Amino acid sequence: MSATEPEERHDVVLHVNGAPHAVRVPARRLLSDALRHDCGLTGTHVGCEHGVCGACTVLVDGRPVRSCLMLAVSAQDVQITTVEGLTEDDGTPQGKLGPVQQAFADCHGLQCGFCTPGFLTTITAGLRDNPDPTFEEARDMIAGNLCRCTGYQNIVASVLRAAELARSPVVEEVAQQPSRDPGGNA
Amino acid sequence: MKPAPFAYRRPRTLDEAVAALAGTPGAKVLAGGQSLVPLLSMRLAAPAALVDINALPDLDQVRCDEEGVRIGALARHADVLASADVRRVQPLVALALEHVAHPTIRNRGTTVGSLVHADAAAEMPMVLRLLGGSVDVVGPSGRRTVAADDLFVGPLESSVASDEIAVEAFFPALRAGVGVAFREIARRHGDYALVGVAALVDGESVRVGYLSVADLPTVVDLSGVPEGELGERALERLDPADDIHASADYRAHLVRVLTAQVVASARELAA
Repeated sequence: MSATEPEERHDVVLHVNGAPHAVRVPARRLLSDALRHDCGLTGTHVGCEHGVCGACTVLVDGRPVRSCLMLAVSAQDVQITTVEGLTEDDGTPQGKLGPVQQAFADCHGLQCGFCTPGFLTTITAGLRDNPDPTFEEARDMIAGNLCRCTGYQNIVASVLRAAELARSPVVEEVAQQPSRDPGGNA
Repeated sequence: MKPAPFAYRRPRTLDEAVAALAGTPGAKVLAGGQSLVPLLSMRLAAPAALVDINALPDLDQVRCDEEGVRIGALARHADVLASADVRRVQPLVALALEHVAHPTIRNRGTTVGSLVHADAAAEMPMVLRLLGGSVDVVGPSGRRTVAADDLFVGPLESSVASDEIAVEAFFPALRAGVGVAFREIARRHGDYALVGVAALVDGESVRVGYLSVADLPTVVDLSGVPEGELGERALERLDPADDIHASADYRAHLVRVLTAQVVASARELAA
């Protein structure tokens, strides 16, 4: 392909958070960039852009996948969930935080917040596969994501708290102080 | 950190895919993309075109029978790892897959793709070679089976021709009385191994596979070698190197320790 030749573009429909997004992209457009620039969903963050850091993790047909390691053109037959899709509908325009998001707020599971979208999607899928993780399993669940602020302790606590919230959402109303016990109350 | 431009084809049948690959000079096959896309983004690879096989039917199957495990080109590592049949028919496949990258990568990456990517630091090429498996490829002149010993020709280089598509891998079944074991050491579980070792013990025959300590996935025959000398003897055939993660000396140390461990475990399971 010479520099003078215009780059070929492809019409692709991405299904993101239940809504179709018709985009026109060059084949080399990474899914992470398509979500951010073409769909305007900037919740997905781009860190290392070669699959190491996990910040760009989204759910593809429900499973966590690095969006920087997929091409947008290759994502046309799948359902994508980004961090924007993790909120729950409560009738307000912004919705209500999902259990994993709420747990991060409760447990101070984020500081700068850059890596958080990747953690939230990863943990959402992780808790679906294992709704009652041990401390070790919670650590294992997030082993593929990098965070440079928290030291991970509060993220592990958030995993356990999210499991607690998902089991009994009502706990959220009464628990002022989330448990700092690594074993959790489970 | 963005790939260079390339043309893109998304065929719907294997015949179309073979034709697209043959008709596009400089084209590469895209399956899971977990190794290829980083290479594109870092511009270590700049193919003229990608032939995306993700829309091909039936390639995502994992089939097991008494002969072994057959893994289609679109079967994701995660699906192969989740299969109880795979674990029963050839446990070494599952034991090794647990160490292939992080679960998020395994959700998209394919086992067949990992084989033809031919990384000497990857688990599955070494396991295919240790078990004497093979990969089926399809090209303009039809389908052929490439034995593992003929598949890996250099670092990141397989003998699959540029107009061929790998469609299926075959890992032979574990026979009664044979023992297998796998261990690796990495900085974090899921990272590239500093050293990985697998053993296959069948009566007097002791064969051990190594990753990350040679340019190719390497299998060493250690039959008849006394217990205390296994690792030392293996090192005669290996070439551990220094890098940012570990020194060559440390890798050699791991070879000695892990070889003794996996051979002992495999022997126990064989008995």
